Amino acid sequence: MAAELIVVAGKLLVLATLLLTAVPVMVWVERRGAAFIQDRLGPNRVGPWGIIQPIADSVKLLFKEDVTPAGANRWLYFLAPMISVFVAMLTFIVVPFGDGKGVTILGVPLGSLMVASELEVGVLYLLAISSLGVYGIVLAGWSSSNKYSLLGGLRSSAQLISYELAMGLAVLGVILATGSLRLDEVVAAQSGKPWNVVPQFLGFLVFVVAMFAETNRLPFDLAEAETELVAGYHVEYSSMKFAAFMMSEYINMVTASALVVTLFLGGWTLPGVHLEGWLGLAVSLAVFLAKVSVFMWLFVWVRWSLPRFRYDQLMRLGWKGLLPIATVNLVLVAVGVALGWKWI
Amino acid sequence: MAPSTVHFVILAALLFGIGAAGVLLRRSGIAILLGIELMLNAGNLALVAFARQHGSLDGQVFVFFVMAVAAAEVAVGLALLVAIFRKQQAIDVDRLAIMRW
Amino acid sequence: MVMAVFVVAAVLAVVSALAAVSHRDPVVNVLSLVVTFFCVAVCFALLGAHFLAAAQVLIYAGAILVLFLFVIMLLGAPQTANDEARRPVQRTAGLALAAIVVVGGALLALTMQAVPPAAPVGSNAHAIGTAMLTTHAFSFELVSVLLLAAMVGALVLVRRKQ
Repeated sequence: MAAELIVVAGKLLVLATLLLTAVPVMVWVERRGAAFIQDRLGPNRVGPWGIIQPIADSVKLLFKEDVTPAGANRWLYFLAPMISVFVAMLTFIVVPFGDGKGVTILGVPLGSLMVASELEVGVLYLLAISSLGVYGIVLAGWSSSNKYSLLGGLRSSAQLISYELAMGLAVLGVILATGSLRLDEVVAAQSGKPWNVVPQFLGFLVFVVAMFAETNRLPFDLAEAETELVAGYHVEYSSMKFAAFMMSEYINMVTASALVVTLFLGGWTLPGVHLEGWLGLAVSLAVFLAKVSVFMWLFVWVRWSLPRFRYDQLMRLGWKGLLPIATVNLVLVAVGVALGWKWI
Repeated sequence: MAPSTVHFVILAALLFGIGAAGVLLRRSGIAILLGIELMLNAGNLALVAFARQHGSLDGQVFVFFVMAVAAAEVAVGLALLVAIFRKQQAIDVDRLAIMRW
Repeated sequence: MVMAVFVVAAVLAVVSALAAVSHRDPVVNVLSLVVTFFCVAVCFALLGAHFLAAAQVLIYAGAILVLFLFVIMLLGAPQTANDEARRPVQRTAGLALAAIVVVGGALLALTMQAVPPAAPVGSNAHAIGTAMLTTHAFSFELVSVLLLAAMVGALVLVRRKQ
């Protein structure tokens, strides 16, 4: 019993370290990547290649004055960024980030590297927690007592709940093909046949586009862009609360990339590689991190390459574009599963 | 000692009573709808507790349908509230007195 | 251990339910109700209904209450003071009725025959899905028609006459 608790605590520790170090790394990647895409150099003074720049930024944010607007509801104003960060970090516990088949720690077989390994409704838990992320944004918009904040908050929440539907339908196609709601079984079902991105390409496209909308990243970042709505729902936030919103955005990006990799690209598996023991653990972790990094770079790449969607274009794409495509994908998968196609 | 059906049903009764008090004592349409949601949840909790006691899944399926019906009812109820608000600029249900004698 | 979780969830549920029906700020009402729904989801999980616990958070806390928040913010709903004190008869009657319901429910529960709860079988989601689409398929279809009707109805109700 105690050994199992220690194993779970160890997994949680690895996960928390991964997520919290991803934020400054992503800040650096974003700034240097943006610079290279824009044919300039970016921050390169603060350390070799500017890698200490995110730390300098955090220190600066820490020392900024923490202002609360005069008419703001103090408790809600304080609560909103905390909800955002908390919900962002909570979704990762059902994602398997490696495989410890054949590894035993303190007498407990490690199994899949998933923190919540007894939760049988993995994907449903994920959808439920990500639908709670709306509260952070809508409360931030409301409690700032600023009409632009409120507009930005409402628009962003409407965008989130619209794209949640398309995302859920795309995920449903994968679950239908797998036959289980657990993400480690989704990964296991993708070994031995082409990864889900091949037979469910439509679902993959829908999920990636919905992912951009769910994390409020360009081209769907109308609600928080500096040139629109004066930065939307986090305009009245400064210092650490603003840092909390930025952190929650980057952690959401990591979670979304991890989800794409797990659902459509085989998770921590490589085709034809079946290692066991500690070597297998290290290799699976490295493969997972590599795949997630590819999608994190995709986020940065798309941000600095594409223009922004207008709000009505955004809503039209979500409801009239992605939802029908996701439904078609689901019908195709259902037909495939019913007819018993091997590669679906 | 694990919580038995009795514990859950008493909790459900408490929540139902609080929801009923909310519906009867509040004047704002939104607060009344919130009380209704609370009552529906209390009913769901009792249903699931009894379903586990009898070892049948029918109670849980029923709860799922109740959730769907509650969602439909909230959507229509809030749409009604919005329509009322456009008319009288307030959501006070006491002012909806046109059809009273 | 399980009992401790239940007690915490129950106390939190009752406290936040009281806040949900009595506070004057509608946004605080909705947020307290979110906490209540979370506690009810915890109770569902304790009862072995994991699918329902996730569905509860997904549907109630994640969609229905967000809709409430939208309507509150769009209407700019003012904080209505609890002026039921102006009508003491109705207030007493309402509280008495609620008390009768609570006491009646509790008595009913306590006089029930104690049947030991059966063990849950298999994966909850799988079992519920099978039951819903075989035994209760007709109700399933009816509920989907109901949701469609509600959607159309809500859209019609909020249309502006052009």
